[in-house]
Amino acid sequence: MTVPGWDLQLLNLFAALLLLLSFAMLSQRRIVSLVNLLALQGAVLCAATLLLAWRTGQGHLYLSAALTLGLKVVGLPWLLHRLIRRLEVYWETEPLINAAGTMMVGLLIVIFSFGLAQPIAELASTTTRSALGIAVSVILLAFLMMITRRKALSQVIGFLSMENGLFFGAMSATYGMPMVVELGVALDVLVAMLVLGVFFFQIREQFDSLDLHHLESLRER
Amino acid sequence: MELVLLLAIPLTGALLLAVVGGRRRAPELNVVLSAGTFVAAGALTARVIAEGSLLRGREQFYIDPFNVFLIALTAFVGLTTALFSRPYMRVEMDHGRITAGRLRLYHSMYQLFMATMLVALTTNNMGLLWVAMEAATLSTVLLVTLYRTPASLEAGWKYFILCGVGIALALFGTILLYFAAEKVLGAEGVTALLWTHLDAVKGQLEPTVLELAFVFLLVGYGTKVGLAPLHNWLPDAHAEGPTPISAVLSGLLLNVAIYAVVRCKVLVEGSLQSSFPSQMLMGFGVVSVVMAAFLLWRQRDIKRLFAYSSIEHMGIITFAFGMGGAVASFAALLHMTVHSLTKSAIFFVVGHAAQKAGSQLMDDIRGLITTSPTIGWGLMAGTLAILGVPPFGVFASEFLILTTAMREQPWATPILLVSLGVAFAAIFGRVQPMVFGETNVRRLPHPPALLPVFAHLAIVLLFGVYVPPYLADWYRAAAGLVGGP
Repeated sequence: MTVPGWDLQLLNLFAALLLLLSFAMLSQRRIVSLVNLLALQGAVLCAATLLLAWRTGQGHLYLSAALTLGLKVVGLPWLLHRLIRRLEVYWETEPLINAAGTMMVGLLIVIFSFGLAQPIAELASTTTRSALGIAVSVILLAFLMMITRRKALSQVIGFLSMENGLFFGAMSATYGMPMVVELGVALDVLVAMLVLGVFFFQIREQFDSLDLHHLESLRER
Repeated sequence: MELVLLLAIPLTGALLLAVVGGRRRAPELNVVLSAGTFVAAGALTARVIAEGSLLRGREQFYIDPFNVFLIALTAFVGLTTALFSRPYMRVEMDHGRITAGRLRLYHSMYQLFMATMLVALTTNNMGLLWVAMEAATLSTVLLVTLYRTPASLEAGWKYFILCGVGIALALFGTILLYFAAEKVLGAEGVTALLWTHLDAVKGQLEPTVLELAFVFLLVGYGTKVGLAPLHNWLPDAHAEGPTPISAVLSGLLLNVAIYAVVRCKVLVEGSLQSSFPSQMLMGFGVVSVVMAAFLLWRQRDIKRLFAYSSIEHMGIITFAFGMGGAVASFAALLHMTVHSLTKSAIFFVVGHAAQKAGSQLMDDIRGLITTSPTIGWGLMAGTLAILGVPPFGVFASEFLILTTAMREQPWATPILLVSLGVAFAAIFGRVQPMVFGETNVRRLPHPPALLPVFAHLAIVLLFGVYVPPYLADWYRAAAGLVGGP
């Protein structure tokens, strides 16, 4: 079951690419590019899954790679691009924290994630030690992105990037979850996107914008 | 068979109502479907009582005394809420707040929501539990925004994002759980996420991994429970959606989320052999109770008021499960039941009261008792019940929890007592002028359905004075499953 030499390195490369893409998304303000980065992240994830499937001979990983390809590389980005065109939201407004500050926080998050994943990674016999740390980093970086962005669409892209991180975590720690669960998760994500699509139109109809500062009137009084 | 019916009726109902849910007779169809679900739940309960725990569908579904009581409760409140929603939604249509198309969405999603909760309760697979919890969020997001007001859109967005992120953390927790389980149970089979298998080997699961997994699971599902400080979505979602949805969110979904947390706690506690999970639960519980009690004072909207009261009660239940042991777990289960019944009854009355006054603001609702004594008394009785006035059942469960806390966790008792007192003063002071005094409310075009209200309150009253022995045995069996010795 151990993954020898070069493919291990290739997997590490994919993991590093995922992290890099997360940082790229963190600083990207053009929403169309954000969607493309998300699709790219999905593609890297798909490649990593395929590599793992091939090396370990686990049949169900091929299925989940196909699922990733269909949903995260093609389906959702297509849906998001359509939404962007229909809603005509192209640029994120100035983020709540400036880019340099976000990057600094991002770096701290990565260090924290590796610390968090350390005790677990030591138990993992499956893949590289760094993979799990990277998965946690991707999740938390997506979290950071959701916190700092104002546009509803960027928050959703952050949400999907978080999903990518979760998926990579599941894969690197355990060769993926059982198929029935993975299908269920994929279905949920898909439905979530459809619900959001409807939702965006409702927001827009009401406020004529997708900027979330309209949605700040309910407070804990 | 019962299980198949239990899940199939609401699922097909959702599809059916997606087509005909806007028709004139759709509310009746909704009631019939909910009644069917309730009958199936009753049959399933009878079977579990007679034959003990059941494993079905290649071990994917597992029914034991713990979840079967929640299934029965969920189906019952689902039925009474459907009864209530029949005249309520008609009035909303007459007042022009919703159209036939939205009524169709409402009915369809109502059944789907019931189905997802029942799947979450019956499944044996921790992964499916997650999927069903997420689906429960998704099916209600569009219901929270049903009125399309700015505030409801904001509430819906908050609900979606906060619960979505929360539940994503729970997924990571589930992944970690699977990671630990796979080492013991093997990756080849799909058994490594099945609760029954995990429960059997919980002593061998790697403690460091489970500790971390539990933190993620608790924060994730805790967001859905509405534990402070993760509760922000809850008052908004309750206040802005249609009232039947507030009733099922508060009365049922929060219970299902607690159920998920408790299932995880049982596993983690078995692995860690330490009090870490208990302390986490107690901590979150106490913080929620205190925070909710003090925020109650600042509410002006009646549905928000009772939403904060739900946070308070969820805190009490979480605290009681955290204490563990037979008595506290028994009390927590009892409290889940009586809270669910009382709070949904209150929302039913509040819904009609708000319709009569044309506003949810408490200052605008006055003197309910003069025009409609049943609504007025219903609100008063419900409020007294939820505040833990004897002889209602909430008193019995809170009394058990507090006396156990005095013995086991003395530090928490004064904090809880003060918070309960503060909450009492806040809620009672607000409700009293709404019920008595000069009136300003109008008549409704359809007679309100108050039978569910008084049925719920009668059961709660019964539980306060006398828990039937077979029910007590059932609670004890469930408490034994979750609370340890």
